[in-house]
Amino acid sequence: MKVLVPVKRVLDFNVKVRVKSDQSGVDLANVKMSMNPFDEISVEEAVRMQEAGTATETIAVSIGPEKCAETIRTSLAMGIDRGIHVKTDAEVEPLAVAKILKAIVEEEKPELVLLGKQAIDDDSNQTGQMLAALLGWPQATFANSITKDGDSLTVGREVDGGIQTIKVSLPAVVTVDLRLNEPRYASLPNIMKAKRKPIDAKTPDDYGVDISPRLTTLKVAEPAGRTAGVKVADAAELVSKLKEEGVI
Amino acid sequence: MPTYKAPTREQKFLLHEVLELSRFSELESFKEADPEMIDAILEESAKFSEEVLTPLNRVGDEHGCVRNDDGSVTTPPGFHEAFTQMRQNGWMGLSADPKYGGQGLPGVLGIACGEMTSSANMAFTMYPGLTGGASKAISIGGSDVQKDLYLPKMYTGEWTGTMNLTESHCGTDLGLLKTKAVLQDNGTYKITGEKIFISAGDHDMSDNIIHLVLARIEGGPEGVKGISLFIVPKFTVDADGNVGAANGVTCGSLEEKMGIHGNSTCVMNFDDAVGELIGVEHKGLRVMFVMMNEARMGVGMQGLCQSEVSYQNAVIYANDRLQGRSLTGVKNENGPADPIIVHPDVRRMLMDARAFNEGGRAFLYWLALQEDLEKYSPDEKVRERADDFLGLMTPVIKGYLTDKGFENCVNAQQVYGGHGYIEEWGMSQFVRDARIAQIYEGANGIQALDLVGRKLARNGGRALMGISAEIAAFVKENEGDENLKPFMDGLSDAKNKLQTGTMWLMQNGMSNPDNAGAGSVDYMHMMGLAMLSYMWARMAKVAQTQIDAGTDDPFYADKIITGKYFIARMLPQIDAHLAKLHSGAEPVMALAADRF
Ligand SMILES: Cc1cc2nc3c(=O)[nH]c(=O)nc-3n(C[C@H](O)[C@H](O)[C@H](O)COP(=O)(O)OP(=O)(O)OC[C@H]3O[C@@H](n4cnc5c(N)ncnc54)[C@H](O)[C@@H]3O)c2cc1C
Repeated sequence: MKVLVPVKRVLDFNVKVRVKSDQSGVDLANVKMSMNPFDEISVEEAVRMQEAGTATETIAVSIGPEKCAETIRTSLAMGIDRGIHVKTDAEVEPLAVAKILKAIVEEEKPELVLLGKQAIDDDSNQTGQMLAALLGWPQATFANSITKDGDSLTVGREVDGGIQTIKVSLPAVVTVDLRLNEPRYASLPNIMKAKRKPIDAKTPDDYGVDISPRLTTLKVAEPAGRTAGVKVADAAELVSKLKEEGVI
Repeated sequence: MPTYKAPTREQKFLLHEVLELSRFSELESFKEADPEMIDAILEESAKFSEEVLTPLNRVGDEHGCVRNDDGSVTTPPGFHEAFTQMRQNGWMGLSADPKYGGQGLPGVLGIACGEMTSSANMAFTMYPGLTGGASKAISIGGSDVQKDLYLPKMYTGEWTGTMNLTESHCGTDLGLLKTKAVLQDNGTYKITGEKIFISAGDHDMSDNIIHLVLARIEGGPEGVKGISLFIVPKFTVDADGNVGAANGVTCGSLEEKMGIHGNSTCVMNFDDAVGELIGVEHKGLRVMFVMMNEARMGVGMQGLCQSEVSYQNAVIYANDRLQGRSLTGVKNENGPADPIIVHPDVRRMLMDARAFNEGGRAFLYWLALQEDLEKYSPDEKVRERADDFLGLMTPVIKGYLTDKGFENCVNAQQVYGGHGYIEEWGMSQFVRDARIAQIYEGANGIQALDLVGRKLARNGGRALMGISAEIAAFVKENEGDENLKPFMDGLSDAKNKLQTGTMWLMQNGMSNPDNAGAGSVDYMHMMGLAMLSYMWARMAKVAQTQIDAGTDDPFYADKIITGKYFIARMLPQIDAHLAKLHSGAEPVMALAADRF
């Protein structure tokens, strides 16, 4: 089974995000960027599938600026076979990403596309679902376990209150959740080998996809700061205050 | 719980922009290390250090190592797993010879990764660190057979290593050592004696432990002229590298100590243990001294590391802790008080550490690069020069970085006030751990004597003349730049004072050696200050070039600010050291020993 793993370059999860003064977005200048943590999990899962003999070839795809090649390189160091970098400096919304991925799927013919359930920058949680719809493939989102039996996958999904187990026939789109696995640290020899693995450079035009945004950002603002609390003397006062505030 | 964030931005700045490693891309070992590869390696090492090693630092301090009834030693919970992860991921062989399974990358990159693991967890990092030292000794002095047998397994960490020098009656003065080696018919030796304070002497993290042991061959000359170096494995090894029966080496006890609890400090008993000679009889110290350059650089690094991690935590605390109001008016209107980072005296402590960390890191990486040049440059002149700098500066790196590193840990603890003294906050551990770096691998006083008594005069003072000329040329080249003026003025001044001090030593050290002995630590600190001035001037130049080109990255402006702090507030220390040096032996030696 050939597996396609899209990886996104995002603001590192440790970075304290600052909103630009003109409220047009968040400040990405001179801040640390890393692979989206959910994508690390899908990369890890794909590599494990390959180690287990379930996956025959693994391909990482990243869509975005020059530096996305580093993110692909990171996945290659973890064990992915090769990369496709679709270069663009424009903002790409989930729909545009899904369209590009669809075109790549048609070219590469993987049986499984394994994505993170969402990216920690815009938290859209849309790309996998849109891709499944565009391809007309079954989808299993928020995967907490994935096992292949024959021509289908059994996927445990994280849902409110527990795990829902479903079966999807291949080819399929699966998005992964946090507890699926714990991504490995790349070994030094593998980091060095990654340099020699191929990355194809493409553009959205190569796939005939119009990536122009369908949404307009009106304003990005910091959440309101927390205001100081008050001390209450006893439970009775607490209840009356909560009532006053209309909370209960 | 203290935290650690690997300073990868700083590291990349030094490796790519200040030292410009890409200049050396034609050298063996730098070929693979293009900027992208270097960044990928730094980021992965950072992740491992922050996520795996940092949380184990506290665990190691609290649990320490345990010697079990059967004499075996158990390391703190989690150490074994972390070590397995580290070695299986190939980190131990980073800059080791590919012929024996290493990755052959530049040593300076190894130092950068070592900085991160050691900042995250000093006690842990000593296990791979000592293995590096021991394998280095084998690679320098060992026969081909020994190299084939031991190096591949040490570069993968399957086997670890130790350095056995110290005995109860001899630490600095190795000429006194008593451990005995008796030649056997088959060419091996039987080693008998007791070694103390042996770091990583026994533990549960590897299949075998390769002890490098200094001993005196029976009937050999007295003093340092009769010391030989032996390989004594914990379990005997056959010609194919199979591990066999226990050799006569046991851990007699563990020392209770001030810090680095996660590292086992062992009394090692050798009872007719089988050992193989490394190199030539009675010439063991020669190998040991080459190896020591590397070990001393590693210990100097430990000083920097503890300073960096304690500084990082002090900054977080200083932004958090609300006490008092700023002298220039309220800064935190919504709070009951201002964060203590507004107070100039708190700033002083933080800036001292910051300016030292950034300058000290540059100095350390610069010296590590000299080792690479010495090893890999095809140009004999370059190799000679690099070797000169290595010889001269290694004691300075060891002594200066660990003295200042400890001082900064104490200051970081001070920033926490009373909480700094309470174990829960972790600042005490940094102080306790940092302290040993001033003592082992040759106490700092001994480093200073090595500098003044041996290294300075070697080859007619060629090393110092070399670095002075390099500094003079650098100052001249940048004379016209108004923005760099404070840095160039400071550097010239430091260079001149160092020269004045050197002249004084030459004129007065011969007539009365106590003059040299009394001023040696001051002189070592002068050299450290001069080298940090040089590093700051170089960093300022790179930063200023970026600023002139219109960079929007505040990193560069911060560099200039921090560098100016160094010149204004730390460099003046050089005058005090010079004055003390000039006062000579008299004030130090005047009081009779029996009047103390
Ligand atoms: C935690 C720990 C780990 C260690 N790990 C190892 C290890 O792995 N392997 C190993 O072999 N050893 C190890 N050591 C030993 C360490 O290297 C020695 O303790 C150190 O070199 C000092 O030797 P000493 O303790 O005998 O002090 P001494 O030599 O007795 O020195 C005492 C003081 O006198 C000064 N002094 C001595 N001679 C002179 C002189 N000629 N001129 C001026 N001043 C002098 C010294 O600077 C020092 O301040 C370790 C020690 C500790 C505490």
